Amino acid sequence: MASTAQDPSAPLLRGDKKEEDRDEETEFSPFFGIEKGLVLQEARIFNSPQIDARKCQQVITKLLYLLCQGETFSKKEASEVFFSVTKLFQNKDSNLRRMVYLVIKDVCPSADEVIIITSSLMKDMNSKTDLYRANAIRVLCSILDSQLLGQIERYLKQGIVDKSPVVSSAVLVSAVHLLEGNSEIVKRWTNEIQEAQHNVHSMVQFHAVALLHALRANDRLAVSKLVSDLIKSSVRSPLAQCLLVRYVAQVIAESTAAPTGETRPFYDFLESCLRHKAEMVIFEAARAICNMRNVTLRELLPAVTVLQLFLSSSKPVLRFAAVRNINKVAQTNPGAVVNCNLDMEALISDSNRSIATLAITTLLKTSTESSVERLLKQMTSFMSDIPDEFKIVVVEAIRTLCLKFPQKYRALMNFLSNVLREDGGFDFKKAIVDSVLILIREIPEAKEPGLAHLCEFIEDCEFTYLSTQILHLLGLEGPKTKEPAKYIRYIYNRIILENATVRAAAVSSLAKYGALVPELRPRISILLQRALHDNDDEVRDRATLYLRELGGLNGSTPSQSDYIDLNWTLPNKNLETCLRQYLENGATQPFDLAIVPAAAAEKPRAETGKSKGASALANGPAPAAVKQEAEVTNHAAQLQAMPQFAMYGDLFKTCAAQQLTEEETEYSVLCIKHIFDGHVVFQFDCTNTVPEQVLEDVNVIVDLAEAEEFEEETLIPLPRMAYGAVGQCWAAFSKPAGALTTGRFVNTMRSRVKEIDPSTGEEEEEGYEDDYQLEDVEVAAADYIKAEAVSNFRNAWEAADAESEMTDDYGLGVKDSLQDAVEAVTAILGLKPCEGSDAVPPNARSHTVLLSGLLPGNVQVLVRMMFGIDMSRNVAMKLVVRSDGPETSEAIHQIIQNA
Amino acid sequence: MGLWMSRLLSMFGDKEARILVLGLDNAGKTTILYRLQVGEVVATIPTIGFNVETVTYKNIKFQVWDLGGQTSIRPYWRCYYPNTQAIIYVVDSSDTERISTSRDEFHAILEEDELKNALILVYANKQDVAGALSEAQVAEGLGLSDIKSRDWSIFKTSAIKGEGLFEGLDWLSNMLKNRR
Repeated sequence: MASTAQDPSAPLLRGDKKEEDRDEETEFSPFFGIEKGLVLQEARIFNSPQIDARKCQQVITKLLYLLCQGETFSKKEASEVFFSVTKLFQNKDSNLRRMVYLVIKDVCPSADEVIIITSSLMKDMNSKTDLYRANAIRVLCSILDSQLLGQIERYLKQGIVDKSPVVSSAVLVSAVHLLEGNSEIVKRWTNEIQEAQHNVHSMVQFHAVALLHALRANDRLAVSKLVSDLIKSSVRSPLAQCLLVRYVAQVIAESTAAPTGETRPFYDFLESCLRHKAEMVIFEAARAICNMRNVTLRELLPAVTVLQLFLSSSKPVLRFAAVRNINKVAQTNPGAVVNCNLDMEALISDSNRSIATLAITTLLKTSTESSVERLLKQMTSFMSDIPDEFKIVVVEAIRTLCLKFPQKYRALMNFLSNVLREDGGFDFKKAIVDSVLILIREIPEAKEPGLAHLCEFIEDCEFTYLSTQILHLLGLEGPKTKEPAKYIRYIYNRIILENATVRAAAVSSLAKYGALVPELRPRISILLQRALHDNDDEVRDRATLYLRELGGLNGSTPSQSDYIDLNWTLPNKNLETCLRQYLENGATQPFDLAIVPAAAAEKPRAETGKSKGASALANGPAPAAVKQEAEVTNHAAQLQAMPQFAMYGDLFKTCAAQQLTEEETEYSVLCIKHIFDGHVVFQFDCTNTVPEQVLEDVNVIVDLAEAEEFEEETLIPLPRMAYGAVGQCWAAFSKPAGALTTGRFVNTMRSRVKEIDPSTGEEEEEGYEDDYQLEDVEVAAADYIKAEAVSNFRNAWEAADAESEMTDDYGLGVKDSLQDAVEAVTAILGLKPCEGSDAVPPNARSHTVLLSGLLPGNVQVLVRMMFGIDMSRNVAMKLVVRSDGPETSEAIHQIIQNA
Repeated sequence: MGLWMSRLLSMFGDKEARILVLGLDNAGKTTILYRLQVGEVVATIPTIGFNVETVTYKNIKFQVWDLGGQTSIRPYWRCYYPNTQAIIYVVDSSDTERISTSRDEFHAILEEDELKNALILVYANKQDVAGALSEAQVAEGLGLSDIKSRDWSIFKTSAIKGEGLFEGLDWLSNMLKNRR
């Protein structure tokens, strides 16, 4: 439609230009220099009493052009344009009317204004002209709200089975759009849509099939059934058939994999489509087969055969489509496409460069060792006339090939060095250099030729980044080669010729030769001395440093010891600490590097890590579970040994440790909650990280204002907290036995602080009282739940009291996947997933998870959670709980409700 | 060029006039429009928006805009005021309760700057309904006598029976011819 629309305006705009320049005329866009302000001015002609249909069409074309370019109209402008356009309804010119339909759809006036054309459109909807009917329907469907739609529904329904295909298609396409907000209306038209599906016009059939699918898109079973029905009803339109192939592919992808040996459902249909007379259907089917999950060689073969035929088609689009698919298959199943190699070799000289590149890269993936050289020869001529992006693809393919056939490294390395010499941008060169670097690393024999190529490259390299990278590599690898001396010239040339960054890198690189190869050391020292007069600080500094390390400063003879380690082994962190101390002490002596500890000092935090709780946190999840169990027994013994807690009974559960202080503060305090039947004990692991002080009588004062149901029983202080040592103080609370009492505890650490004189190491006599605010500890219902699997969930579920069952539904909002939702809820409840039910199969729309666990008093809790996810990723959950009584079950629901 | 041609035509051939048919909802505007155009009573539904048709009568081409009378559409009447030669204001004579509403709308139209040169033709419609107000009662209800310095006229009509409509158009065409 756009092309017919732009024609009338083309001569108009070209007219002005013609006198100025005839040559430019052909290149000149008819839409050049269209401005919003100007067009809005022109749009006033819509209001004139005598309508010039031709001129109005041109103005509408310009308006549409502006809208398509992303130009926005203010509310006022839009409504002005809209109302003036409505006045064009008085004109009977059908071309103008068509433009009016288009512009109304695009100009988007506000919803209440748009009703002004409803009557006119309804009249057109019943007009005798097919064009009016179809377009009026499209516009009406896009502007009306559901209430007004109800009024015209009758006409729309008729329209679906209209004898004019244009009208029929218009309603079907509009219906696809209506599905978004008014799906219930469209659902009432099923009979008509079914009828349209058998329409003789291929476009109508295409749209009907698309609509039928869209209506069922949310329901996997219904889609599957639709697809089976459509297959039987033999869809005639190739377009519709293509859609069908896509839907089938989707059904296959969502179905669980059939056991091996059995044919996949619908595979026969796809295979039969490979013999369809329309090329697009053949291709669509071949593509669907190639993209199937875990496709077997036998399934692939027929598809690859038709793709191979396409490779020699006269149509570029078919060749491209085929070679692209073969390329994809080659990534996973290179064996399946070997037969196409000959056809693809012919495509290397294809005039379409995209086809040629794809052919090359596919060949590189599938070629055998013997054909590598032949291929390379063909490619050398080809490389110079493709753009950089394609070259990069080729280079990456060569790299993979080289790793596959290491024996061929010589030929491939030569090829890379040849293309390295060609013109190209940074990304291209970087791809080559990266490839060479990888090959040097992976294939030992390739190292020396590779280094030689790189040396040559940096002689004439315009990219600082690549030069420094290569110089670094030369410094690492060069000294280990048989003839290190030959690289020195290349490196030293950089010091003379390049910019400061490259010079500095070259200096470092040279120094490594000096350090590692004693014979070269005197010569390197001389070269480095020349860099001492460089005008760049960094280069000079490096040269000075290395000369000194090599012992060649001030012209003294360099030391002849065999090996000098230039590598910086001191941890930066240690150096920083030492330098800080050095500055703080304001010492007069020069700083000595020797005082910096070489081993990585453990941070104070790491020391606390030795305490039981933190180590459980620090470990990976798998050992943590084992460890935690060991700890519980450990804790139980420890707690039982303390007379204060002995009468609390057996320890039910120990929760994971929680840090109550921020990292790197003066003190580090961890809290570990121990749950007993009628008590909760907090264990505070305290560490003092300040060497200059010692804490005495450390107590954690707990405020129960937000934990009213708890009662404080005992506080056990820590008598002394010296630097670096871990000590425990305790707080115990009683609570109603069996209840899942929750609360928030506000903690303060109270202690007597005594400063230590750093010079003498003696602590002061008196000290002072200090309160240190800690973070709050929360006891949540989940803390009372011990994850404990049952071996047979079904039996346990049946055995549990059905009276205790509590059911509720929850909306979890939008989640990335069902798996996310399952993990989140399981984590909140702290229960153990049973029978592997926590793993959600891919693509599942619903899932059931079985959880079990124990509450204090060894009360068993069993939970079934049914999850469902809809198209907009909204997750809903049904939670069923069984336990020893409704109150306990209710408590589990409470956990979810409070989360 | 197109404009030039149509001017020539209007000088020697048909004259053209742009007319708005206004009035409250259910006054019979759409029925009148199609009675004038095709000479028949057509089934109508409440007009959401407008209908536009060309009616040729006595060598004058009337471009008649029938705008919907519902409250939600009335605010948009003004978008169609420019270049209007005449207003046909239709009153449902049987709807005595809303005559004052009709009067308010009518006077709002008279105030409009863009319509100050437009002729005013009032149809006291639905005369076929028993108990309908007479011509004079409608004129009084609308306050027609207050109108000074404007050409106006009122006709009693029945769109269903086709009575009075063309008499009104006669008046209109005479007035328009005199103006040229």
